[in-house]
Amino acid sequence: MPDRTTTDPTTYLSHLELGEPDKTFLDSNELIINMGPQHPATHGVLRVILKLDGEKVLGTECVIGYLHRGVEKIAEHRTYAMFNPYVDRMDYVAAVSNGLGYCEAVEKLLNVEAPPRARYIRVILTELNRLASHMLWLGTHALDIGAITPLFYTFRDREEILKIFEKYCGARLTTHAFRIGGCLYETYEGFEGEVKKFLDFVTPKIDEYEELLTTNRIWVERTRGVGVISEKDCIALGVTGPVLRASGVKWDLRKAQPYAAYAEFDFEIPIGQNGDTYDRYLVRMQEMRQSLRIIGQAVERIPEGPIMAKVPKVIKPPVGEIYHSIEAPKGELGYFIVSDGSTQPYRVRVRPPSFVNLQALDIMVRGQLVADVIAVIGTLDIVLGEVDR
Amino acid sequence: MLDYIKSYLSSDVTPGAAGNLFWAFVYILLIFLGLSVAVIAMNWLERKILAHMQVRLGPMRVGPHGLLQPIADAIKLLIKEDIMPAEADPFVFWVAPIVVVITTFTVFIVVPFGPTHAVTDMNIGVLFMLGVSSLSVLGIVMAGWASNSHYPLMGALRSSAQMVSYEIAMALAVVSAVLMTSLNREGTGTLSMIGIVQAQQVQQTWFVFKFFPLGLIAFFIFAVAMIAETNRAPFDLPEAESELTAGFHTEYSGFRWSLFFLAEYSAMIAVSSIAVTLWLGGWLRPFPHWLRGEPSDLVFSLFPGLTFLFLAAMAFYSTARMPKHPYFRVQTIGLAGFGAVLALVGLILFVRPVRDRIQDIYWFSTKVAFSMYMYIWYRGTFPRYRFDQLMKVGWKVLLPMGIGVLILTAFVGVLL
Repeated sequence: MPDRTTTDPTTYLSHLELGEPDKTFLDSNELIINMGPQHPATHGVLRVILKLDGEKVLGTECVIGYLHRGVEKIAEHRTYAMFNPYVDRMDYVAAVSNGLGYCEAVEKLLNVEAPPRARYIRVILTELNRLASHMLWLGTHALDIGAITPLFYTFRDREEILKIFEKYCGARLTTHAFRIGGCLYETYEGFEGEVKKFLDFVTPKIDEYEELLTTNRIWVERTRGVGVISEKDCIALGVTGPVLRASGVKWDLRKAQPYAAYAEFDFEIPIGQNGDTYDRYLVRMQEMRQSLRIIGQAVERIPEGPIMAKVPKVIKPPVGEIYHSIEAPKGELGYFIVSDGSTQPYRVRVRPPSFVNLQALDIMVRGQLVADVIAVIGTLDIVLGEVDR
Repeated sequence: MLDYIKSYLSSDVTPGAAGNLFWAFVYILLIFLGLSVAVIAMNWLERKILAHMQVRLGPMRVGPHGLLQPIADAIKLLIKEDIMPAEADPFVFWVAPIVVVITTFTVFIVVPFGPTHAVTDMNIGVLFMLGVSSLSVLGIVMAGWASNSHYPLMGALRSSAQMVSYEIAMALAVVSAVLMTSLNREGTGTLSMIGIVQAQQVQQTWFVFKFFPLGLIAFFIFAVAMIAETNRAPFDLPEAESELTAGFHTEYSGFRWSLFFLAEYSAMIAVSSIAVTLWLGGWLRPFPHWLRGEPSDLVFSLFPGLTFLFLAAMAFYSTARMPKHPYFRVQTIGLAGFGAVLALVGLILFVRPVRDRIQDIYWFSTKVAFSMYMYIWYRGTFPRYRFDQLMKVGWKVLLPMGIGVLILTAFVGVLL
């Protein structure tokens, strides 16, 4: 058995090996570059190995796992209620959506349903969280492409959302806002008024972002025709969320398989045509406006009543398995839970949208330039906490 | 010796033209000092202005309103460990920042801050400036190559390609401005920097307004090319932080890095000076012919002092707004002291002999400062171009425009 320790990193690469192993990169036109895990534009600790010909990308390989915490394994040693806060740590940018997916999955397993008021609160908070997630995406994506100012604008406005979360449940980022069977906390006094005030506050702000970017010539040139992915490829790779919709597929779980109270609201699914970075940008901007619409309707019509369903103190679901998925800001977030009838799940498998969407990176950047890799990583909107779990 | 020093004072040419080495040396020292101070000030201003554009405060901790931040940064950079990568080529790695700094500083030999306020006046001034400033590409390529690392290498390649291709459009714009010095009854064609400003004085127009809109277009071409030439946003690909971490100076730290920093900002000031000299009337004050005569001369000569008094007033206003907590006492006193120094400078600038001497330098610096502000503004507004798009703008847009403007300038100049 030869020693695996070597100073030449190229020997580790599977499909990126140079033709002749005794030659260095200087002997070929190809250059192998390690982008990450410590790189300012990989949104955390993603490592991308790039094979380049000059500036042209010949192939990529993602190396993930730097943020692996074994969330799914932890679930097997926690009760259903104890695991609830852990899911917030996966996609920490959209913690509320993660919690909603998990709670609804367990509710489905238990065959209980959250009361209407709880479902409305869930919709309001989840949509606020979608806004927060999209704002963070927009800021960092623009920063990657070189526009540094939108980042500070979006963070300023995201702060208002986090303030509402903090007032509701005491946490800003990893909220643990929902419980199995409903919500633990009743809305605080003036909640509706504050959310309405926020809607009035944020609508002109979104116009402001669009003013900075949508018709900016450099922005359009940098994003149009970059990272194109076809409808077919999207479906074959299992890509979901805004990335799929920008390719022209009208698929949104909030409409397709309505959960929580989404069936009761009037909103549209924005779609794109070309499946490029610019369309994904437009789709997400439209989605932010649609989220505002949903929140507005929910705040108007929020019913009175209990916020918690009758759930036993010790949650012991019947033997069986369940798959439940929701439309998280980044795509389809699914939970597959196997119960053996005990207080702890036998197995929890998460279908994280970031992880699945990341697969499309290679197809999207092949033949493009290094600068486009950065743009595409940004437009995929990945969160490494969710990719690695 | 003393006579040698004194003899220059009565002359009205640059020390270089008078052949006075002593005063040339003094001028060089002054420019070196002034430039270092300008870079330090620019560092603070850029961070502050950019911060206010982005709804944040910028440096606020070191000194009142972060005024001492550049000094703290400089000290930090000077006492940092000197790191040289093991695989680097030591000599080239060592010499690269020096090449960059020397070339950018050499340019300032011919920059005319006033009719006599320049180290020397070469009859090939413009050519000298373009030639020497483009030598800094060499230092950048050396830095990228010597680091023996992928990211710096790519940064250096991008940088050299970009600077070489934008130089052509830049040169065409410059040539059209040089043409304007000769295409009229009074003017005599010249490449001398001082001669070009004097031509604008004689022809009673800044070249940016001459043959409207031809001068404006040439100025625009130069303004775009000079951003690309100095690797600033939106053309900052060589050091694109989100792509190449830091570009050609990724492996540099401490003092060597600060040399690159110094060179970058000096280069910005240098190309801005070219633009000001060629198109914006150099040291000439606004409306030197239209508003001629004793009263307007007096009004315009008060501007330098008024500017400093205005800055002092801002400092005093901020002093009054400082929190009244004992924790801020030192800072409040410091800011008041700073304001007092500014006010004193302002008052000195009202004294007759001083204000007559400082006029040209003041107007030149003001125009350069405006150009520097535009640099910061671009950085706060635009996303970054991609490499191929950058080349497209350079070769397919600016170059044809430059040729067109040059030909049209020649035609219009001959016909009028």
